[in-house]
Amino acid sequence: MMHAAFVRSPHAHARILSVRKPRDFAAQVYAAEDLTGVARMRSTAKLPGFKPSDWPILAAGKVRHAGEPIAMAIGSTPAEAEDIAGLVEVDFEALRPVVTMADALKKTPPFVHDDWGDNILVDIKLEGGDLAGAKANAVHIVERTFRMNRMHPLALEGRACLAHYDSRLDELVVHVAHQLPVPLQIGLSQVLGISQRRLRVIVPDVGASFGLKTYVESETVAVAWAAMKLRRPVRWIQDRYESLVCDANCRDYQCKIIGYADANGRVLGLECDVVVDSGAYSPWPWPAGIEGGLALGNIQGCYDIRALRGRAINVVSNKPAGQPFRGVARPLSCIGHEIVMDGIAEMAGIDPVEVRLRNFVQPEQMPYVSITKKTLDSGDYAAALKRAAELIDLPAVRARQKTHEPDGRLIGVGFASFYEQTAYGTGPFGYSAWGIELVPGMEPAIARLTGDGELILEVGSHSHGQGHETVFAQVAHEVLGIDPRKVAVRFGDTSSSPAGTGTYTSRSMVTTGGAIAEACRLLTKPLAVVGAHLLQCNESDVQIRDGRVHGPQGSVEFSEIGRAWYHHPEDLPANMDATGLTATAGHKAHDPGVFAYSAHAAVVAVDPEIGSVEVLDYAIVADCGTRVNPLLVEGQIIGGFSNGLGNALYEENTYDEFGQPTATTLADYTVPTAASMPDVKLDFMETPSPFSMFGIKGVGENGAIGPPASIMNAVNDALRPLGAAVFETPVSARRVRDAIARARAAGGS
Amino acid sequence: MKPASLSYARPATLSDAVNNLQSLADQCRVIAGGQSLGPMLNLRLAQPKHLVDISQLTDLRGASVEDGILAIGACVTHAEIEDRKIPDVTLGLMPFVARGIAYRAVRNRGTIGGSLAHADPAADWLTTTIAMDASLRLVGPAGSREIKVADFVTAAMETAIEDGEVIVQVLVPCFSPKAAWGHAKYAKKLGDFAQSMCVAVVDPGRKVARVVLGRRSELPSLLRGVSELVASKGYDTTSETLRSAIDEDLKAAQADRGDQTMHRAIVERAIRDLAA
Repeated sequence: MMHAAFVRSPHAHARILSVRKPRDFAAQVYAAEDLTGVARMRSTAKLPGFKPSDWPILAAGKVRHAGEPIAMAIGSTPAEAEDIAGLVEVDFEALRPVVTMADALKKTPPFVHDDWGDNILVDIKLEGGDLAGAKANAVHIVERTFRMNRMHPLALEGRACLAHYDSRLDELVVHVAHQLPVPLQIGLSQVLGISQRRLRVIVPDVGASFGLKTYVESETVAVAWAAMKLRRPVRWIQDRYESLVCDANCRDYQCKIIGYADANGRVLGLECDVVVDSGAYSPWPWPAGIEGGLALGNIQGCYDIRALRGRAINVVSNKPAGQPFRGVARPLSCIGHEIVMDGIAEMAGIDPVEVRLRNFVQPEQMPYVSITKKTLDSGDYAAALKRAAELIDLPAVRARQKTHEPDGRLIGVGFASFYEQTAYGTGPFGYSAWGIELVPGMEPAIARLTGDGELILEVGSHSHGQGHETVFAQVAHEVLGIDPRKVAVRFGDTSSSPAGTGTYTSRSMVTTGGAIAEACRLLTKPLAVVGAHLLQCNESDVQIRDGRVHGPQGSVEFSEIGRAWYHHPEDLPANMDATGLTATAGHKAHDPGVFAYSAHAAVVAVDPEIGSVEVLDYAIVADCGTRVNPLLVEGQIIGGFSNGLGNALYEENTYDEFGQPTATTLADYTVPTAASMPDVKLDFMETPSPFSMFGIKGVGENGAIGPPASIMNAVNDALRPLGAAVFETPVSARRVRDAIARARAAGGS
Repeated sequence: MKPASLSYARPATLSDAVNNLQSLADQCRVIAGGQSLGPMLNLRLAQPKHLVDISQLTDLRGASVEDGILAIGACVTHAEIEDRKIPDVTLGLMPFVARGIAYRAVRNRGTIGGSLAHADPAADWLTTTIAMDASLRLVGPAGSREIKVADFVTAAMETAIEDGEVIVQVLVPCFSPKAAWGHAKYAKKLGDFAQSMCVAVVDPGRKVARVVLGRRSELPSLLRGVSELVASKGYDTTSETLRSAIDEDLKAAQADRGDQTMHRAIVERAIRDLAA
């Protein structure tokens, strides 16, 4: 086996003048021009004015962010590959980089993509309702500008791939950590120029992803190409430095939001201007512009707001590509509507809970189509928020706020209510409306009864830690009554798994779960036919439950049916369908998706001298419809919360004025650990969706969306007596201290 | 994430180690617990040609008290100090500080001598040993010498160590029974390097009063005015004199303006901790 290492750009923006290979190892180094037959990645969208860019596998002509791969070295050990990579000399002509949003918006050079004439990827506008009327009737006007800094999706396991060429089958086999085996197969086939039939993607167990492993990354393409070229297995395992510096990043938003409310605190309209720093390239198949679209498309949240003007400018910069990460832009929308709610509460002298209750979409209005064309399908937002307030004992926290803490810290409480649109794809203002390369659609499942009466489920969606193996077996149990311990769930090999679009958008339980139910239902037909035959009764008289076929007198186990089919077809009834004990089905989710929701409540203590924030108490009340496996639901929410907590208080990809990353190890990129986690109080409501099988709604992003908003609100509630506020994530100690210093300088207390 | 090619030696005696180091000169690095050097090698930020591993030298393990000085072997780990596997002569200060260093996995391997040789300004031992007025015993080709930690570190990540020299002992003066110590530290999260830390040692029995501020990227600062005041006037942080002394000393230490309130709070808390 050979090992790959990459020569990476030390510059954020530079022209490559020459790449000089070490003489003794020239045959083991590959630069852009050596990758014969390899196309560039081009991720497109049909959003008006969207500018696609070509993402080269190895930089050619120009480098557009620090860490961009320029050449690949192949060695017989990882160390040798790194040694050879270290001998490659690259001459650069450094160019002025585009680092800040302000730089990117200037419309003057430097340009990340020379032929663009500016640095605007796409400019999205959204309008609806009578905003002029809302403005005219407004009594309270809240205007806030906030910033969510760049983050890394940070999975504990980094990227890895191992490719080899199977000459017997004439196919390229790529083992890779990923969320989307089939889209990766399609993407690799396009870039490498070989047919999909000859490209087998195998995704083994994946140690988390959160959106990180969803695109076609350069290194995998280069390694796959090298395996074909060399006819040797080639492996690359990313290290943490490469991950933090070179991976696509996430978040990086700025937003100005204005809320117009009447005297009672009812919000009449919103104006929202978003800037997204999308980095240098658009990952395939996720063109970076969708972030801005999602931010605007959910900016009204759970509230009955009927007028909106929104604009989202996605700019490019000399930083790594922007990509979707757990919650995708919804944390921005959530901060937007939730700081407006707190602002109006303060201006109107209404309790923050009460102002939300006055604005929520009510259960009797559902299904409710929002100003952004979201179909809020079911639930009771007010009940969830009231329950969250109970869980933190809001009256007690308010009473405590009035007393002086012995350690001088300030107590604050903050809320965030939001919905999570899950399992959507082809609906209005969704993926298909953006016209991206790959729209999530239907999901297939194959249910196969084995000769000993057990079940194999083959599905198209992958698990990167969600527990699909457990929860999908439960769906089979629901339909067939089969013991889940007798069910194997298989996925992750494009040669043997049915083709699905993968795991993202909180879609697997709804779509694949639906497909498994459909397949199991189809399987009941041959089970009934054979069962009735063995029981000597009519097919219409049998029932399937508890993993058996029951007749009017007696029952047979699935194992007896399996034995009949696999061993003794001569004993099967004449009307037996020759397809046998394998059922293939698929499921298409409701186009607009199904809408889970949540209320988060945070209680924090802020140290006004140091600026540090401690989360003292945190409650989440979630409604994801029917919970198939409550333990896994809890795991999703708590895990998501840790992402949200990192977003709120800790994690930030920082860059200097030259576009050089300054958080290049986990010593500088601060991630919350077990010790940072409060003991989150979780409670559930269970409103089945009218639009999904079993009333299931997705739950994967719920925990991650709320914390930046709830914690920011809580910190600002704590800082209110000082006249200070922080509207930037992460809410770091330094930012809190600076806010307090600014308030003091402005004449505050 | 693999180190560049290098040779590795694990000498059996201290004199072998010194000979090794002397012959390999500036192409050589000493490795003990490897908790800082290991990642630097893997990231290829350090690319020495030779490594001399001193972790197995028995001379550098264990500790003993003699003439009012605790001599701690340079290869004693943070965990051994935390677990009181060596004598404590600091009324609990050193075990307390050890417990706050990074994570237990790091403490199991990381050594006190290695930490001081690395001279990362944010390291807990640097601030603490300077507050304790500790010294180092170095052995090199020219023999043995002693140097105060405060003189040993010359800048961030830079020390006065000479070619061929090894830190063999950390020398900590025994606290008198009347001594008091105070400690305060702010890190972004548990186990992280401190953004600000302060160690105060006041020992009337030995006429010692040292209040030292540690920061993320500058060497620890002995707050002279504050140290004198706490020795003479006590630990009342509400006193105007003490407050303005802290301001003066922070100014002298050229603390970043945006970090001033944090450092002042940390210093005040360490002083209050003296009284606790």
